Amino acid sequence: MLKKANGQIVFPPDSSEQAPKVLIENGRVIDPVNGIDGIKRVALSGGKIHAISDEIPEGFVAERTIDASGKWVVPGLMDIHVHLREPGREDRETIQTGTNAACAGGFTSVACMPNTSPVLDEESKIRYVVQRGESCPCRIYPIGSITKGLLGEELSPFGEMVRAGARGFSDDGKSVYNSKLMRNALNYVKSFNVPIISHCEDADLVAGAHMNESAVSTRLGLRGMPSVSEEIIVARDTMLAEYTGARVHIAHVSTAGSVRIVRDAKKRGVKVTCETCPHYFIFTDEALGNYDTHKKMNPPLRSEADRQAIIEGLADGTIDVIATDHAPHVSEDKKDVEFEAAAFGVIGLETSIGCVLTHLVHKDILSPTDMVQKMAVAPNRILETSGGSLSKGADADVTIVDPKAEWTVDPDAFYSKAENTAFAGHRLQGFAACTILGGKIVFERK
Amino acid sequence: MGLQIQHLLGLENVSREDIGLILDTADNFYEVLQRDIPQVPTLRGKTIVNLFYESSTRTRISFELAEKRLSASPINFSASTSSVRKGESLRDTIRNIEAMKIHFIVVRHGCPGVPLFLTQCTDAIIVNAGDGPHEHPTQALLDMNTIRRRFGKLDGLKIAIIGDVLHSRVARSNAWGMTAMGMDVTLCGPPTLLPQHPESLPVRITDNVEEALKDVDVVMLLRLQLERQNSGLFPTIREYRERYGLDLDKISSLPEHVIIMHPGPINRGIELSSTVADSSRSVILDQVTNGVAVRMAALYLLGGGESA
Repeated sequence: MLKKANGQIVFPPDSSEQAPKVLIENGRVIDPVNGIDGIKRVALSGGKIHAISDEIPEGFVAERTIDASGKWVVPGLMDIHVHLREPGREDRETIQTGTNAACAGGFTSVACMPNTSPVLDEESKIRYVVQRGESCPCRIYPIGSITKGLLGEELSPFGEMVRAGARGFSDDGKSVYNSKLMRNALNYVKSFNVPIISHCEDADLVAGAHMNESAVSTRLGLRGMPSVSEEIIVARDTMLAEYTGARVHIAHVSTAGSVRIVRDAKKRGVKVTCETCPHYFIFTDEALGNYDTHKKMNPPLRSEADRQAIIEGLADGTIDVIATDHAPHVSEDKKDVEFEAAAFGVIGLETSIGCVLTHLVHKDILSPTDMVQKMAVAPNRILETSGGSLSKGADADVTIVDPKAEWTVDPDAFYSKAENTAFAGHRLQGFAACTILGGKIVFERK
Repeated sequence: MGLQIQHLLGLENVSREDIGLILDTADNFYEVLQRDIPQVPTLRGKTIVNLFYESSTRTRISFELAEKRLSASPINFSASTSSVRKGESLRDTIRNIEAMKIHFIVVRHGCPGVPLFLTQCTDAIIVNAGDGPHEHPTQALLDMNTIRRRFGKLDGLKIAIIGDVLHSRVARSNAWGMTAMGMDVTLCGPPTLLPQHPESLPVRITDNVEEALKDVDVVMLLRLQLERQNSGLFPTIREYRERYGLDLDKISSLPEHVIIMHPGPINRGIELSSTVADSSRSVILDQVTNGVAVRMAALYLLGGGESA
């Protein structure tokens, strides 16, 4: 049992213990896949969804009853884009601490990126991550690398990695530079029910740059990453997907142009999906102020016009998924260092739901159903994993969200090993009150 | 009256009063420098570390001389001879230096924002001697001092700053400083060496030299880093010289009062022909002379000194 100021993680429970019979009462159940949105009872039994009904199912004797008055009961949330740093940089995060953070943030599954050391580019390494995840309070779907060692030269063995549990392929952190190799990856992956996830960045256009190219970069004297450096590769990879008929998922969309390209491609029937992250719909590059390293990420924070376009893309469905790009760093790489030497990336697992509720749902940009769609349904659909619904017989992965509770982000209270959040001191409204994985309560907030 | 600023990190957001005070005080120190014994005891007992992570000749010597003329004890630290090579973090280096009880740090570093970062690591007074392409405030102050000594004022004067604006900390500091002092600033260079998004600079921007030179009182040329050609920012030195370099022909049409400046070191025959650099219009060596007085003024005022 791991206690923090926020709550407690109860995992692993006694392994011999069966998942209890749980009854969640008085909550607003939101399950878009089954068209449910209303006050219902949710009964869990044997680690599966037993029933969703108005009355207690006949003969159901709950061992544990949860009063979810004023709360939302939703399919377990999924973060499709996290960095768990293991193997290699266990000083930043481990699979254990990263999944602790995930379950405290309401996530019952995460997809972890392969830019570890060594790179997740073969079966044995995928298997290592899967095995390390078995004792963790959150499901882990590893993403394998597209190319061996992320070098952009040869394809990694997709088939062997899928067999070991990989649910997608990405060279996250950079684009596959060679268009022919990217075309081959998109074609080859068609044999498996997983996507290619593209980090879109023209390496030449961003060389030596550390923030968005804008009036702010002019003022700060920093070399800028132009928005077009992202859009060029978004355009290339959607065109390659269109040509090959393959499926591509665009990671962390940050610019208006990227949203427009994806929107247009979807209209043409291209099999493209995309995600964005809370910092892109909350901040602009003005937030860098005077070289704030906690606002340094890649892609970088963009302009207000880009931020507005991200919000529109979320509202009109162009952007399918909200992920976090959870990127833990130690303070000597992030906080106690000059701007250009500081690492890119911020953590997000424990603030994501609060950010989405505060900045999108409570502002009526997304409905609660949209939120569940983008944080549970669509991620599972894209990785073709089994979660994302409260269908009878499905694994009982359930998140109970308190949409109204107000709190202040305190990095010291995180379950993550890292503290490099962009939201320290921010007031947010809403958090995960309880996380249930396979019918077992893994996190309860105090 | 003393300075409002505690550190000299840049000239963005520095008030007209502060800049004016530094320039006035520099004029006083200029007189000191004409004496037989050009030294005052103002900073006796104060230790100043000159922390140079990038090579520099004139700026480092100018600071060191200013420090000695104020009777301070300068200590020189340059990256190539220090533990930087052993992979020590900048923060640790600063905290180690601070542990030896020092009062000022004059810093030059390739990374924008380092002077501000140092204020978060130490209690010493920080003076920016150039942080990447961001700011070089003492250079801009000595430029303004030089102009003011020549024209007797800054208000209403028009300057064209021509060259590699994109990578120039001198252009940025002058853009803010000169604008605060009421000057009219035009930045000029090939489109590839101008910022794509100049809105945050309070200046006019043009790629047309003729337009930039219209009605000017001062022309400042910036040093062209020759390696920019290799990264594809302009095609040939010859073409650059033709379009953006200044020779006698180009300046012959300018009124007699127009002066020519350059922060140095000059690429003779590229941005500036020798005939122009050595002409009577050139105040390039005055800039160097005034640099010592301006740096004395900045250090004296930052150390708590008040106007005489």
